[in-house]
Amino acid sequence: MNDPEPLHLLDVLIVDDEAGMRAGAERALEGFTVALPDFRETVAFSVRSASTGAEALEELKARTPDIVLLDYKLPDMTGIDVLADAPGAADFLTIMITAFASLEVAVTATKRGAFDFLAKPFTPEELRATITKAARSIYLQRKARRLEDEKRQVRFEFIRVLAHELKSPLAAVEGYMHLMKERMKGPDMAAYDQMIDRSVTRIGGMRKLVMDLLDLTRLESGRKKRSIETVDLARSAALAADAVAAMAAEKKVEVRVDAPAALPLLADSGEVDMILSNLLSNAVKYNREGGRAVLELRPAGPGTVSVRCSDTGIGMTEEELSRLFGEFVRMKNEHTRGIDGSGLGLSILRKVVALYGGEVRVTSRYGEGSSFELTLRDAEIPAPEADPALKGA
Amino acid sequence: MTTKKNILVVDDDQDILEQVALTMKAAGYNVATARGQEDAEEILLQFVPDLAIVDLMMEHMDSGFALCHHIKKLYPEVPVILLTAVSAATGLDFSARQEDASSWMRADILLDKPARPEQLRAEVKRLLRA
Repeated sequence: MNDPEPLHLLDVLIVDDEAGMRAGAERALEGFTVALPDFRETVAFSVRSASTGAEALEELKARTPDIVLLDYKLPDMTGIDVLADAPGAADFLTIMITAFASLEVAVTATKRGAFDFLAKPFTPEELRATITKAARSIYLQRKARRLEDEKRQVRFEFIRVLAHELKSPLAAVEGYMHLMKERMKGPDMAAYDQMIDRSVTRIGGMRKLVMDLLDLTRLESGRKKRSIETVDLARSAALAADAVAAMAAEKKVEVRVDAPAALPLLADSGEVDMILSNLLSNAVKYNREGGRAVLELRPAGPGTVSVRCSDTGIGMTEEELSRLFGEFVRMKNEHTRGIDGSGLGLSILRKVVALYGGEVRVTSRYGEGSSFELTLRDAEIPAPEADPALKGA
Repeated sequence: MTTKKNILVVDDDQDILEQVALTMKAAGYNVATARGQEDAEEILLQFVPDLAIVDLMMEHMDSGFALCHHIKKLYPEVPVILLTAVSAATGLDFSARQEDASSWMRADILLDKPARPEQLRAEVKRLLRA
């Protein structure tokens, strides 16, 4: 961490017809550095200069600088004219140098994208202060652009995987349709029951994916409507156990709820159901036949409940654990074949739990089982006017 | 002594795997199925196919490529049909430069998923005759 911050050069072009001004500015920036700790950078400056508008345009054409110090009054044109003709004017910061800083010049220059003004005569300190401000602004812009690029990349990746996840079931169902149309298994309709069942299952999976996607989108946009009231988590847990009972019976997994008689929390009951049934259904789905899934709820202080869901399932390796919360991650190995899911469940779980100030912690041992732990705190009852969706309604 | 030709079908989607296998069996071929690249490589140790039908995108985005390459290295004469559900949206559109792609991984043909049975039968017949 004590490495010297990397030194980056910003290219400065000084445009002024007074030789003394140019030399003075060059001297002021020689060896001058600006530390930008937020960006872990230290910036130095390389300086070029031009004495006329025509020369300035030549320099600008040769290479786009980072910062241009531009005199308003040049022998052959004004600084504004230079800005108007400059190639790549959007890519550098302009600091206008003016002897007579009239309001009119300032307004026009600002319209042309000037970043700042320096009134002549200025001291080396004033120049350095202005340059420091410009350097900081350049790095802020670069950072914003980089974040925007990353966001675009993440979005693209999400849509790419989503498209694949939607196309796979479509292809499977379409494939069965082709086979049925060809009467591949003869004229008896009963021979096609399995194809029909599989098609229905794949369509069901697709619908689940679409619903999960909607949930996730609502959670991320903060537009999800919540109705906060006192919810008995013990009762919600029993309901969640009922919801997975059929699936558990099929896999011969024993489901147990361990909770006090009543466990009140200020919450949205839909969200609580989402959390508990998500936990339990994973514990059943990724279990071994004859295994056990336990959902434990305990009061953990005023308005706080701790939840733990553990299974005796297939468990995860360290590597699988590290990828667990990624979108569309479904553990694919010989144990998980035939387990359906949208791959969005844990993303949703984590986002809903965050609404209650909690986070999801997972421990797992490959081949032995996994345990999901989280803490839920009383949700805040939102002030009605704070919800923009209700405005003007 | 049978004269049935052997076909290896590889897809990580159980439904597609069954569909392609059924289509090929009904057309009179011997069929071996594999659920992924590793699975297929193991089968290839003892099963010499006359033709392989391989899904492009399995465990990894390029599993199909790698497997295709592997098959061609073992058995250069065995034709390989790659099935793709890949479109322009994924940034991996092969239709425009199909020749490029197939020369690299040496697949004999790329078919869109799901391949229609008659299309699959026709391509298999054509490739096995050649």
